[in-house]
Amino acid sequence: MADDIATSEPAAEPAPPSSPVPRPDPQPPILRIENVVKTFGSFRAVDGVSLDIRAGEFFALLGPSGCGKTTLLRMLAGFETPDEGRILLSGEDIAPVLPHQRPVNMMFQNYALFPHLNVRDNIAFGLKRAGMPRGEIASRVAEMVALVRLEGLEKRKPDQLSGGQKQRVALARSLARRPKVLLLDEPMAALDKKLRESTQFELMELQRKLGMTFIIVTHDQEEAMTVASRIGVMKAGQLEQVAVPRRLYEEPASRWVAEFVGDINLFEGEVTAREALRLRVATSTAGELVVAQPVAPVAETKVAVAIRPEKIRLALRGPAADAAAAAALNRVEGVITDASYLGGKTVYKIRLDGGAVLHAAQANTARLDADGYGVNQRVVAWFTPDDCVVLER
Amino acid sequence: MSARRIFSRPARFGAIAPYVWMVLFFLVPFAFVAKISLSQTAIAQPPYTPVFSLAGGLSALSDALAGLSLDNFRLLLSDDLYLASYLRSVVVAATSTAILLLIGYPIAYGMARLPKRWQGVAMMLVIVPFWTSFLIRIYAWVNILQHDGLLNQILLALHLVSAPVVWLSTDSAMYVGIVYSYLPFMILPLFATLTKLEPALEEAAADLGASPRETFWLVTFPLSLPGVGAGSLLCFIPIVGEFVIPDLLAGSRSLMIGQTLWLEFFTNKDWPVASSIAVVLLAVLLIPLLLYDRLQRRQLEEGR
Repeated sequence: MADDIATSEPAAEPAPPSSPVPRPDPQPPILRIENVVKTFGSFRAVDGVSLDIRAGEFFALLGPSGCGKTTLLRMLAGFETPDEGRILLSGEDIAPVLPHQRPVNMMFQNYALFPHLNVRDNIAFGLKRAGMPRGEIASRVAEMVALVRLEGLEKRKPDQLSGGQKQRVALARSLARRPKVLLLDEPMAALDKKLRESTQFELMELQRKLGMTFIIVTHDQEEAMTVASRIGVMKAGQLEQVAVPRRLYEEPASRWVAEFVGDINLFEGEVTAREALRLRVATSTAGELVVAQPVAPVAETKVAVAIRPEKIRLALRGPAADAAAAAALNRVEGVITDASYLGGKTVYKIRLDGGAVLHAAQANTARLDADGYGVNQRVVAWFTPDDCVVLER
Repeated sequence: MSARRIFSRPARFGAIAPYVWMVLFFLVPFAFVAKISLSQTAIAQPPYTPVFSLAGGLSALSDALAGLSLDNFRLLLSDDLYLASYLRSVVVAATSTAILLLIGYPIAYGMARLPKRWQGVAMMLVIVPFWTSFLIRIYAWVNILQHDGLLNQILLALHLVSAPVVWLSTDSAMYVGIVYSYLPFMILPLFATLTKLEPALEEAAADLGASPRETFWLVTFPLSLPGVGAGSLLCFIPIVGEFVIPDLLAGSRSLMIGQTLWLEFFTNKDWPVASSIAVVLLAVLLIPLLLYDRLQRRQLEEGR
């Protein structure tokens, strides 16, 4: 298995800042989803979703299982029909268009390769249905085989392929017809972690090379952040937030998104003072915290203050630490109850004097354990107002 | 641990049990039949010679062996009656199997597409006729199809015919009986194959531009071929040897091989000829089995 892309790049940190802010696009979106509702019995699987997807985007629908993301994808493919709302592809309502007539293709979760056809015939299946001339089919299949690097395996049946090879055949088959939009339903769920990471990078590479619109459904937030230029987080049939990976992580729209995407510390409290640039929030478990005033004014008084574990700094109690920490506006103290060494970082659980448990991640920048802390040690933790997020929802 | 010790004694017995069964209840009786097929008919008890007897010693046994001949098989070849019977049996079985496939496939396909909780009910409905004796069900058809039977009464009442139609003792009646009796044997293996088909495969075909018809012929049907083969064999083989249905429902102008065998055995009391008919019948039935086996093996090898 050739995974040269993966070995040349470290696959550690998510959120590649490829396009930090969505550019205003003069073109109409390639795909417009308008107030789409889908119910199964009394269960609202998709509950009023509206979304625009631009041509050439790599969009991820992220959410826990049962959130409606797959149902939404299946409506785009035509396997389910919306009960309400419209789906416009290049400005045209595709509700009456049957699945086999839609200019979209789907890569299925378990690949759904035809077991009685070999690799070449699997890839050629869609081309034959389109009535493409024989010679053209042969050259397109060869092109696809080369694209996903399956040379020499054309005559194999799906049973004779490894999981990663099957995944490539499925990808080649769904790309062969050059769909306007490619839908990917958990395309990497069946791969092991290492292969998944290399495949994620190959998928991004492929999408950039082809300039096609990709919509991926996944429950893995790291995968979504790695591959997608924009992510829609779904919860209980509704879109909770749509944002580029960085904003999703740094500016979550709600407590739920904050906790679903990555690890975070949440402190419930009440706004006690509103200053020009700052808010003061009295929390029940971590004392008074000072946070930067967000762009949109905070209307609620009952809010949550959120801080990511890696943005917290730790120090032992002592004159030096006191001096540094004293300058910080947010300063809490507590006892370490647990330390998990994860290689690149160590995550500490700290029971604060106020009662809350704080997660703090420290990057292990040195090989020798110079600045590690032990369980039962008393530490000072501090963080800046700018690193905190105020959550109203 | 040696490979020998992997299986405990009872497990090893379990592995050979089918062979013991085959030897006791198939090979040994078949040896008797084969021996009788090489004997001559005689007015005696048992009604054939020679009779192997251990009492006479080795010389008597070798005399008896010398008395065996292939005369009965020569008779089967020389008299058109037998050849016609075999041919009719194969034609009837092939035609019936084709009709069964045409009727059984859509039923099995529909059943496989039912919601899971209804599939059990549908399966029950397919199996429920077995709760009534087979013979009684065929007699019921005699009742329905006879001159003043239910079918003619309905047709007359609807003014579709002006006089009763002759149904009984025709090939149509026989086909009705066979198809009715064997339908479950066609439906069940087809249903088993079709329910195992991943629904995503048909969706993938549609996604790739295949119309519903193309999806069926290019994906669903090829993948259901093992079920088609199993169902067809399960019907074809017993229909070739069928006796009761043609005897009760078909006319007596041409006989199926089961009827001819019955005549030779019970009416003519010619056990040796009856036995030779049975031996040839077995050989005839081995052909489709071997073909099916070869087909499956080739598929397996292709998959390698």
